[in-house]
Amino acid sequence: MNINMTLIGQTIAFAIFVWFCIKYVWPPISNALHERQKKIADGLDAASRATRDLELAQERAEQTLRESKEQASQILEQANKRSAQMIEEAREQARAEGERLVASARAEIEQEINRAKDDLRAQVSHLAIVGAERVLEASVDEKAHRDLLDKLAAEL
Amino acid sequence: MAADNEISAIYYIQHHLQNLTFGKHPENGWSLASTSAEATEMGFWAIHLDTMGWSIGMGALFLWLFHKAGKVATTGVPGGLQNAVEMVIEFIENLTRSTFHGKNKHIGPIALTLFMWILLMNSLKLLPVDYFPEMFGKLGFEYMKIVPTTDINATLGMAIGVFLMIIYYSCKVKGVAGFGKELALTPFNTWLLAPFNLILEIVGLLVKPISLGFRLFGAMFAGEVIFILIALLPFWAIWMLDVPWAIFHILVISLQAFIFTTLSVVYLSAAHEHH
Repeated sequence: MNINMTLIGQTIAFAIFVWFCIKYVWPPISNALHERQKKIADGLDAASRATRDLELAQERAEQTLRESKEQASQILEQANKRSAQMIEEAREQARAEGERLVASARAEIEQEINRAKDDLRAQVSHLAIVGAERVLEASVDEKAHRDLLDKLAAEL
Repeated sequence: MAADNEISAIYYIQHHLQNLTFGKHPENGWSLASTSAEATEMGFWAIHLDTMGWSIGMGALFLWLFHKAGKVATTGVPGGLQNAVEMVIEFIENLTRSTFHGKNKHIGPIALTLFMWILLMNSLKLLPVDYFPEMFGKLGFEYMKIVPTTDINATLGMAIGVFLMIIYYSCKVKGVAGFGKELALTPFNTWLLAPFNLILEIVGLLVKPISLGFRLFGAMFAGEVIFILIALLPFWAIWMLDVPWAIFHILVISLQAFIFTTLSVVYLSAAHEHH
């Protein structure tokens, strides 16, 4: 149990080891450690940010989808309404047209009848006049009279 | 027979507790001490070759391992050695963060050196007590005590190193005058009691390295003595006691290294504080 030079030797050795450790051993490992810690922290940060972004994006997508669905249904409804309206209008028009046609046809027929009646009346009066003329011309000639009557009958 | 056994046992114990000493003997000149009496006669100007050799070896092993790990240290996925080394470094960083309140970026490496060096030196104790004395005996060395921390010189040497750092940082942080003033004016803040304060504070200062050195030395030396005593038992009984004691010493070894380191950090932290 002697106290001797070893004491000083140990102190010197200790000093050298500490110096070496400070200079060459500690910095690279410590730096690597802290850099990695930073990297991991950054990575975690990025991950949480990405998750948040994803959530937002999903929300936005859902909203867009909902809106577009709403729009689509609106458009569909409008189209349905519009088509019903159009059909209704077309039907209305068709009926009106039909009525108009019928009316005009009826009017034409009426006109035609009237005209035919007028024509007939004119021809009858003409015939009557011609007949009367013939009757008057051939009263002396029995035979001629006979022919005339036959002609008249054929003309009627 | 019993007396013979006793003598040989005493001789065995003494032999195992004697360092390989090189120094200037009054009669033999510069030589290796062949008996413990000769080693004592060499006085202060002698050196324990085994303590120095093994402690420097362990220190070099620590620095080599950590330096190697540091050279290939990546910020990516660490390999096996880097993992182990980083674990130790993180442990030391946590320790200094929780106990050291000054500003000094060297405290980490200082604590790391202390912890790993003492841990490795203490670990030598788990090697069987007879192997190295026998082996070196064959090579012609009379003594070989391989655990440097069972040598009071080694533990006190480190404690003195810590003590010098305490003085250095005290002077650096507070200035020589500030440090002197602190010694003179605590605990009683009056110049009248300055001499009393000085005595008190200087004793308090000196107690730090002494308690550091003796605590480690005491724990390790006592453990070593028990190992040697167990080795004296019949061979079939040795393992029954040796194994539990060695397992227990795994705890003691790391605990003592931890205590030495923590207390050093605490002392250095106090050196950085203004009162």
